[in-house]
Amino acid sequence: MNVLRDLFLDYTLRNIALGAAVLGLVSGVLGSFAVLRRQGLMGDALSHAALPGICLAYLLTGSKAPLVLMLGAAAAGWLGMVLILRIVRHTRIDPNSALGIVLTVFFGFGVVLLTVLQKRNDAGQAGLDKFLFGQAAAMTQEQVATMAVLGGAALLVVALLYKEFKLLAFDPEFARSLALPTRSLDLLLTSLLVVAVVIGLNTVGVVLMSAMLVAPGAAARQWTDSLSKMLALAGAFGAASGIAGAVLSVTAERIPTGPVIILCVTLIVIVSLLFGSARGLVWEWLRQARHRREMRAAMAAEGGTTP
Amino acid sequence: MSPNLVIALTAALAACACALVGVFLVLRRMALMADAISHAILPGLVAGYWLARGPNVVAGFFGASAAGLLTVWLTESLTRSRRVKEDTAIGLVFPALFALGVLLVSRFFSNVHLDTDAVLFGEIAFAPLETWRLGGRDVGPTALWSLGALTTLNAAFLTLFYKELKLSTFDPGLAAALGFAPAAIHYALMGMVAVTTVGGFTAVGAILVIALIIVPPVTASLLTERLPTLIALSVAVGVAGSLIGFQLASAWDVSIGGMIVSTLGVVFGVALLLAPRKGLVAQSLRHARLRRQFAREALVVHLATHEGTALEDSECRPAHLQEELLWTADMASRTVAEAQAAGLVQPVDREGHLHLTDRGREVAEDVAKR
Repeated sequence: MNVLRDLFLDYTLRNIALGAAVLGLVSGVLGSFAVLRRQGLMGDALSHAALPGICLAYLLTGSKAPLVLMLGAAAAGWLGMVLILRIVRHTRIDPNSALGIVLTVFFGFGVVLLTVLQKRNDAGQAGLDKFLFGQAAAMTQEQVATMAVLGGAALLVVALLYKEFKLLAFDPEFARSLALPTRSLDLLLTSLLVVAVVIGLNTVGVVLMSAMLVAPGAAARQWTDSLSKMLALAGAFGAASGIAGAVLSVTAERIPTGPVIILCVTLIVIVSLLFGSARGLVWEWLRQARHRREMRAAMAAEGGTTP
Repeated sequence: MSPNLVIALTAALAACACALVGVFLVLRRMALMADAISHAILPGLVAGYWLARGPNVVAGFFGASAAGLLTVWLTESLTRSRRVKEDTAIGLVFPALFALGVLLVSRFFSNVHLDTDAVLFGEIAFAPLETWRLGGRDVGPTALWSLGALTTLNAAFLTLFYKELKLSTFDPGLAAALGFAPAAIHYALMGMVAVTTVGGFTAVGAILVIALIIVPPVTASLLTERLPTLIALSVAVGVAGSLIGFQLASAWDVSIGGMIVSTLGVVFGVALLLAPRKGLVAQSLRHARLRRQFAREALVVHLATHEGTALEDSECRPAHLQEELLWTADMASRTVAEAQAAGLVQPVDREGHLHLTDRGREVAEDVAKR
């Protein structure tokens, strides 16, 4: 029970757990919309697109404060997102390719900027790339507070525009016919993804961020057909795996927090896919087996040969 | 060979190998599969090293390729279970495998040199340093050999299965009906993507491989609709971008891989704006032309409707057009001027009353028939 006591008393563990929980909650809720709107890979593209923003923010301000880097990441991520939406809307390039182009080109440009920073030979740039690969273990109270404020604001927007977002996710045509500003709503809802990505970069890192967005929503979807319940469940799944990952990673040596969080949430997905009350695979297999048995019995009763 | 020549050749070969598989990946709308595979190979790499009891290149290669195929299979199975959409399936599978890889590395292999950052960054600048020794003799840089082999392999695959690839990409239903086994072709292609990603990332870095797979084919697809041209253009764009990017990187002393990717980005941006038919500029010019044509047609139809009626006098003034067709004064005078220049209408008096010409009447009838 030492770990449980530490969860409340130990400064480092408390910060990691709180930060991961905030991230899980926010990305679970926002990612649910991405799952429903087939933007599951948006998080992957946006998290990579953040790199040049982080470099430029440092280049311009000389500061490595989390808020400064987060703003830089958000600006670049947002620009990448706008480009993706525009390319998809105005050309016949498919969404997957648009995501891939923005992902690689932004990230590649970011790598160029990193080498520019390295050449300037100031010690300060060291660790900039760490911002991108997650360093949950070094999370400070200040960072957690920043994450909570940003995430809280994003969740507030979802709460205020819940009905509009719901319509946009399930029936954008109908939303348009009601004269809702669907383009602006689309832009806003996708922009909220940028917020989630920026919060998550520093915790789980650029590669794992996409699972942090997609997995809780995908798991929640297997338990319910109602959006409000799905959002609540996804938030809970995200937060739970955040805390579980943080606790597990301190119980043994040399276990990085980010990957453990992702493995926890993946486990939740697997269990949900198999046993989810709404669409669990196991229930379907059992149903199919029963049908087959009934069919055989019926055919035997009719005197036919069993197949 | 001078180090610069080795790097340039490595980059050009990587561009060829990647573009050859990239074309079909992009046409199948699965561009991000390259990104997914490049991350998901980490646990396979670790497993390969573990089986070989050390960082053995061959074992790593096979392990990583197997992990790449596992990614494809898991994604497909998840999608086919219809419990999640394809994008979500990809987004679930590769981070899970990558997380597993990172965990394995930090738990069991922290003494072996296997930097997880290197999976993303890699460095083409080291290409000339690592040479391949065969029977005690130095036969040249390893990267050149491996990428040369990859390019040959991909080109052979493409040549042998060109018809099958083409058909199963553009019409999987027909391919299946004709007995071409689209699933087998799909897995073969994904296998090639996995092998290319694995072989490429050790030589030039994952981000460059992914960019070389995705960006040149998408850029080329803005310029042509024919498959052979598309393939040739993709290779050309990839090679040109690599060579220019390398030159720029040397001039500015920055990351070579990063600079090549940035150059490819610029090339894509230029194509996106200026492509002859699908470019954004050509598109907006076309829209503007259609808008003006529509305005002229609206004008002649309006005039034709009121021609010879009692209201002709009041309806056929330019000022009235603004109310009737909701045009601004500017739009009205511009459309009238254009219609006049096209010989569709002519002013009949000083107040600017408009009458249709014979040509204008024909156009109005044509529009009415549409």
